[in-house]
Amino acid sequence: MAEHALARESRGPALSVFGRNWAIFFLLLMFVVFVFSGRNFLTVANLQTVLYSACTSLLLAYAETFVIIARGIDLSVGYVMGFSTIVCAGVIRDLYATQFGVHWPAGAAIAVGIVAGLAASLACGLASGLLVARFRVPPFIATLGVLGVAYGFTLHASDGGFPIAFLPNVMTGIGNGYVYYYNPALHAHSFFGPPAGTTAQQIKDLVRLFPNSLILTLVCLVVLWHLLKNTRFGQHTYAIGGSLDAAVRAGIDTRRHLLQVYVLSALLSGIAGIVWVFQTGQGNFVPMGSNLELFAIAAVIIGGASLNGGKGRIISTLVGVFILGILANGLALSGVETFWRYIATGVILIVAIVVDQLFPDLF
Amino acid sequence: MTRKSGLAGFLGQRWAVLFLLLEVIVFSVIGEGFFSLNGVQIVLFYGTSLFLLATAETFVIVTGGIDLSVGFIMGFSAVVSAKLVAAMAVGGMDPLPAILIALVATLLIGLLPGLLSGFLVGWLKVTPFLATFATGGIVYGVSLLLTGGGETKGVPDLANVIGNSYFMYWAPGHGLSFFTRPEVVRGTRVLEIIPSMLVVTAVVVIAAAWVLNRTRFGRHAYAIGGNEDAAVRAGINIRRHYMVIYTASALFSTLAGLIYMLEYITGKPDAGTSYLLDSIVGVVIGGASLYGGAGTVWGTILGCLILSVLETGLRMAGVPTFDKFIAVGLILILAVLIDQFFPELIHKED
Amino acid sequence: MGYLLEVRNIVKRFGGLTAVNNVSMGVSAGEVVGLLGDNGAGKSTLIKVISGVYRAEEGTIRFKDREVEIASPMDALGMGIETIYQDLALAENLNTPANIFLGREKMKKSLGVLNVLDHDYMHEESRKVLEKLDILIPSLRNKIKALSGGQRQAVAISRSIYWDAKFLIMDEPTAALGVAEQKKVLDLVNRLKDHGIGIIVISHQMHDVFSVADRLVIMRRGEKVAELVTRQTNPDEVVSFIVGAETVRK
Repeated sequence: MAEHALARESRGPALSVFGRNWAIFFLLLMFVVFVFSGRNFLTVANLQTVLYSACTSLLLAYAETFVIIARGIDLSVGYVMGFSTIVCAGVIRDLYATQFGVHWPAGAAIAVGIVAGLAASLACGLASGLLVARFRVPPFIATLGVLGVAYGFTLHASDGGFPIAFLPNVMTGIGNGYVYYYNPALHAHSFFGPPAGTTAQQIKDLVRLFPNSLILTLVCLVVLWHLLKNTRFGQHTYAIGGSLDAAVRAGIDTRRHLLQVYVLSALLSGIAGIVWVFQTGQGNFVPMGSNLELFAIAAVIIGGASLNGGKGRIISTLVGVFILGILANGLALSGVETFWRYIATGVILIVAIVVDQLFPDLF
Repeated sequence: MTRKSGLAGFLGQRWAVLFLLLEVIVFSVIGEGFFSLNGVQIVLFYGTSLFLLATAETFVIVTGGIDLSVGFIMGFSAVVSAKLVAAMAVGGMDPLPAILIALVATLLIGLLPGLLSGFLVGWLKVTPFLATFATGGIVYGVSLLLTGGGETKGVPDLANVIGNSYFMYWAPGHGLSFFTRPEVVRGTRVLEIIPSMLVVTAVVVIAAAWVLNRTRFGRHAYAIGGNEDAAVRAGINIRRHYMVIYTASALFSTLAGLIYMLEYITGKPDAGTSYLLDSIVGVVIGGASLYGGAGTVWGTILGCLILSVLETGLRMAGVPTFDKFIAVGLILILAVLIDQFFPELIHKED
Repeated sequence: MGYLLEVRNIVKRFGGLTAVNNVSMGVSAGEVVGLLGDNGAGKSTLIKVISGVYRAEEGTIRFKDREVEIASPMDALGMGIETIYQDLALAENLNTPANIFLGREKMKKSLGVLNVLDHDYMHEESRKVLEKLDILIPSLRNKIKALSGGQRQAVAISRSIYWDAKFLIMDEPTAALGVAEQKKVLDLVNRLKDHGIGIIVISHQMHDVFSVADRLVIMRRGEKVAELVTRQTNPDEVVSFIVGAETVRK
């Protein structure tokens, strides 16, 4: 027995680096290919576009990461995001744009809107979590049911799917803003807004660095990474995913823990929804069939997690999201039509799974 | 292994039958024209695609898997068959042979994604969720590729006639006729009974139920779903079995797409995507367990009827479609909770 | 010297079925008692009563010379009565220290503010307890999945010992183990005796039972049909009690 363990360790390093990091290698490979095949792929502007649009995908994928590690699944992430978007935007509009005869200042309206959006997502998370943890409904069904209800409410609140407009302009300023601006014409730079005196013609020549929305996503990244790696919560999530029995017998309150996991997932989806309002300046709902949840799950799996639970990491999920994001971006810039994205995603996913099958112990 | 077969299983869904009756009564009261031959036919008409896709899912779910590609395969087969027929018609072929050839060809082509999924699940031990998601994505991409995003035109009207024909017609003075509309004087009311496509669906569903209930293949499916290891040790060739199961699922999905093409004389990649969740819901309401080993085709049909009645009833009662999602979500949760807390209502012989 | 753990006149019923019918037995500190019997004899039920999974309809339990009530698994664990089930209840995707400390992880302060898992402490403590029990596991950082059956068994046992188990119940400890590993586990059980732990071992393997058990309690159809001193009996006699060829010899 000792010999086997030792032998496996010595085989370990070389192959395990590959097995663990095949996704990163693949990402780099794709990157290189697109540098050559894509128009303007390797530009500051384009890369920031990728980062910018990855924000919501990252948050949804982080949500799925926790749930999947715990051997569950959350099909509602995309629709909870849409629900929170609509609630947030709706509240802001109603308070700010004089719908009910009130006209709150933008800041207050936005603050209340954010709280409302988060509360909406929290409600969904509680529903899913209770169904799974307390009533032992299979997660597939529980989150499917919750998404149906959330979607219905979303449609109601948006009058059938109309975007909610009349939001304060400052929102897009924050959502689409960057940290650092440089105006070459004026040789002036500034933070969080274009330099004073920038004219309309100069706007398109501005050098912009680091989208604001990315800040929030990075903060979430760090917090969630810490949560998963360094806390009891993270450790117990892995344990529950690996063996629910072992966790129960070790005295872990698995019911409460699972509830927390689904609430966390919904909250992250809610945050994604709010980010989206800031990014688009409107409340757009998420139509049925957008498959956001499937892409989030795919990203987590490509990153190395298993639907059987017990495995998965925040950084790996990040890689998975970028593989899918850069794929879409690169293909578009290479002049390839969107349907290849589906085909390519399918193929990459198959590769990811097969590699996972062949090197299961190395993640 | 809690297998409920045939009629016993069907009647075992006591609460589901009651629920269905309740629905029918409620909608008959609040909806205009719901409780009529017309209403019934609308329900069943909407249901045809759902029944087929849900039957596909039943096969897969019984073995403990899931198939996310059914909707995409349906769209794919609609697109492929439409394009084939249109191409042949433009090429000067008579509509009838063109349609027949296209149908048969598509039937065969549509099996390919099933073979791929079956291979992934059976040989490479890929989890069904991912295998079928990947396959479905690929199929969807190919559909988009074929149509360039638009709808196909050029399908001869004969297809439409076939797709929208009825099994029986009754016209005063002409008596009963089958499959072909009687030539009547303008203005005479012709009674249309049972759409032909529904008959086709019924035949397929009955055959599927028979396979699952009465053949060794079907028994093996339940065994695999109940305990894969035990099935392996009992000598069942699970690799081949998975291959056949997922191919069968693709077959049913392809059929659904063909019927779609005949009804609407066009093919869209999206044709089936809205049915995916409903089909799984129908299977679950019908008593299957997502872990495998239980469930019947009849139970699934019952579950689908509940959904289809709900959808049609809400529409005819003028309720906005948003509430359909809420209702379906709630019903789904209700179904599972009932199964959990009152198993006697479902598992009659346990 | 009194028993460490003693059960008197335990009766456990499930509906119309009496699974355990008026069974009394005791285990002293540093003693191993083998609990034997065919399937359905009531062994599992009896140990589940002791470990708190079931509550007996009648009878008493005495631990360390005091009558106690064991109403739930938590009660049993709190007293130091631990059960090692056949499936070991280990999380295969975690490593040895993580399993030993599962549910009771040690935290430390990082950067003065954050509470983080103290992996080093848990690693060191695990190494110490494994060393104390003379168990060899080459790398504690490997996930449990990489360990052999015997090593996993050892980890499960070490976990109980680390958390101060006074009494261990082991359900089929050597089932599914190879010969060499079986010996290692049995050696470990013998070492536990030296630490003053009281142990009940359920096993179908006659050889195992005879190599570690000091006394044997045999159940049949819910009743205790024999209590023997291992040295004074032999496998044939034991088997005959299990299947019922001999009458009661208490």
